Amino acid sequence: MNNKTSSSAYLTSIENRLNEFFIMIAGLWTFSVQFFRYVFVPPYEIYEIRKHMNELGIKTLPIVSVTGFIIGLVLAMQTQPVLARFGAEAYLPGSVGISIVRELGPVITALIFAGRVSSGIGAELGSMRVTEQIDAMEVSAVDPFKFLVVTRIFACTFILPILTVYVIFIALAGAYIAVVLVQNMTIEYYTNAVLYSVEFGDAIPGVAKTFVFGYIVGLVGSYKGYTATNGTEGVGRASTTAVVVSSLMILIFDMILVKITLWLWPTF
Amino acid sequence: MVEIYNLKKAFNSHVVLDDVSLKVDEGENLVVFGRSGTGKSVLLKCMVRLMEPDYGKIIIDGKDVLSLDIKQLNNLRKQIGFLFQSAALYDSMSVRQNLEFPLIRHFNFTPEEREQKIINVLEKVSLLEAIDKMPSELSGGMKKRIGLARSIITEPKLMLYDEPTTGLDPITSKEISYLILELQKSLNMTSVVVTHDLLCAEIIADRAIVLNNGKVQYEGSIPELTSSNDPFLKNFFSHEFINENKQVN
Repeated sequence: MNNKTSSSAYLTSIENRLNEFFIMIAGLWTFSVQFFRYVFVPPYEIYEIRKHMNELGIKTLPIVSVTGFIIGLVLAMQTQPVLARFGAEAYLPGSVGISIVRELGPVITALIFAGRVSSGIGAELGSMRVTEQIDAMEVSAVDPFKFLVVTRIFACTFILPILTVYVIFIALAGAYIAVVLVQNMTIEYYTNAVLYSVEFGDAIPGVAKTFVFGYIVGLVGSYKGYTATNGTEGVGRASTTAVVVSSLMILIFDMILVKITLWLWPTF
Repeated sequence: MVEIYNLKKAFNSHVVLDDVSLKVDEGENLVVFGRSGTGKSVLLKCMVRLMEPDYGKIIIDGKDVLSLDIKQLNNLRKQIGFLFQSAALYDSMSVRQNLEFPLIRHFNFTPEEREQKIINVLEKVSLLEAIDKMPSELSGGMKKRIGLARSIITEPKLMLYDEPTTGLDPITSKEISYLILELQKSLNMTSVVVTHDLLCAEIIADRAIVLNNGKVQYEGSIPELTSSNDPFLKNFFSHEFINENKQVN
């Protein structure tokens, strides 16, 4: 009897989770459609977009700088002994450069951005929802979706690529420090080696996909916060699930975008 | 000014409003009483379509609210002020930014005109010194006053108050009630006030209704309702009086 009850409770909980999952997918899709419907319609709320870009950029800058630097440093330190085994240490700047520019820079920056920003947006909009601030905005004949959501998604979409380019340079600087520690390489040689191996075309798909990642971070954070319910508990849940969902979506979309890039440019 | 016919609203199987009909004349102050969970706030939210009713008709200023498209609805909302229970000030904005928020979006005032309007409305609620403060720096009563100032800055024809004195001490609550009355008179607004506060109702109300079991069960002036021999009203208002007296003592 007890086993029967617990297995039926287990099934119900799976059913509820699946329901929640599909509701979320439908909600994200609706939010996405609504974003593209509103983004080209005036008023454009330029001041709000600029404010969010500033805030999000500045808020994330210290953590992405430290992480970018360490990732570059550790990657070079880890790669060096492997290349040394094959006598290919000269390829260290090139291989590290390509890894950072194509994949590590964009994805690591996006994941950190998701952790920092998506939760922040989720918590901010969630608390606005439960304290009726969003209702107050709606009653005052201002569209809260346009003012709160569109501006944040737009800001995230355009600030993340800028941060990514910055992180790529910081990570390459970190890698240089590691190279100097292990090998006696001049900065000119290192720079030339990186520039020789990393072409401009390597950076384009890497940076381009961060527009998508930024969009995902803004979309998920806004969706989770905007639809928060159940008071402060709901705000907490919105904040945490925003990070989990946006990080997971970044990794899934990374896989898809890499596949598309390789399909479009097989020699990439 | 406001006509509501056969309004129904349910949340799943829980019926909150069941065939509510009422009228509010222009310039009139209507107070809505009722036990917690009887749908008083839901009624206000349906009036501005923050919630969609399941059935019924709402006419405000001659317009059928439920049949308006979003543009028409927003035009109507510009003529309606709403004071939320929590005041709902935008906490990322200062008092000045809170007040200029609707002005920037709906009117073509010059910055000087805007500033003058903000100063005027803050003087009305006696909080000019709070102009550059953030909502987190304000007390509950101050937040209510600023919320009120933000609602009236666009000089709406209709004001909806959702428990304007809840959570305030009796003196502040009385001050807010008189302030609402004063603004009402000076701006000639119609208002619907949801409250549990009998003292507030006595100060503000021209007429009151009592919601019970999702319906408008009683209607009349405050003295008529409080002196009624109906068991429910006797019970309801004796509790209100006890609460009032407790608060005052």
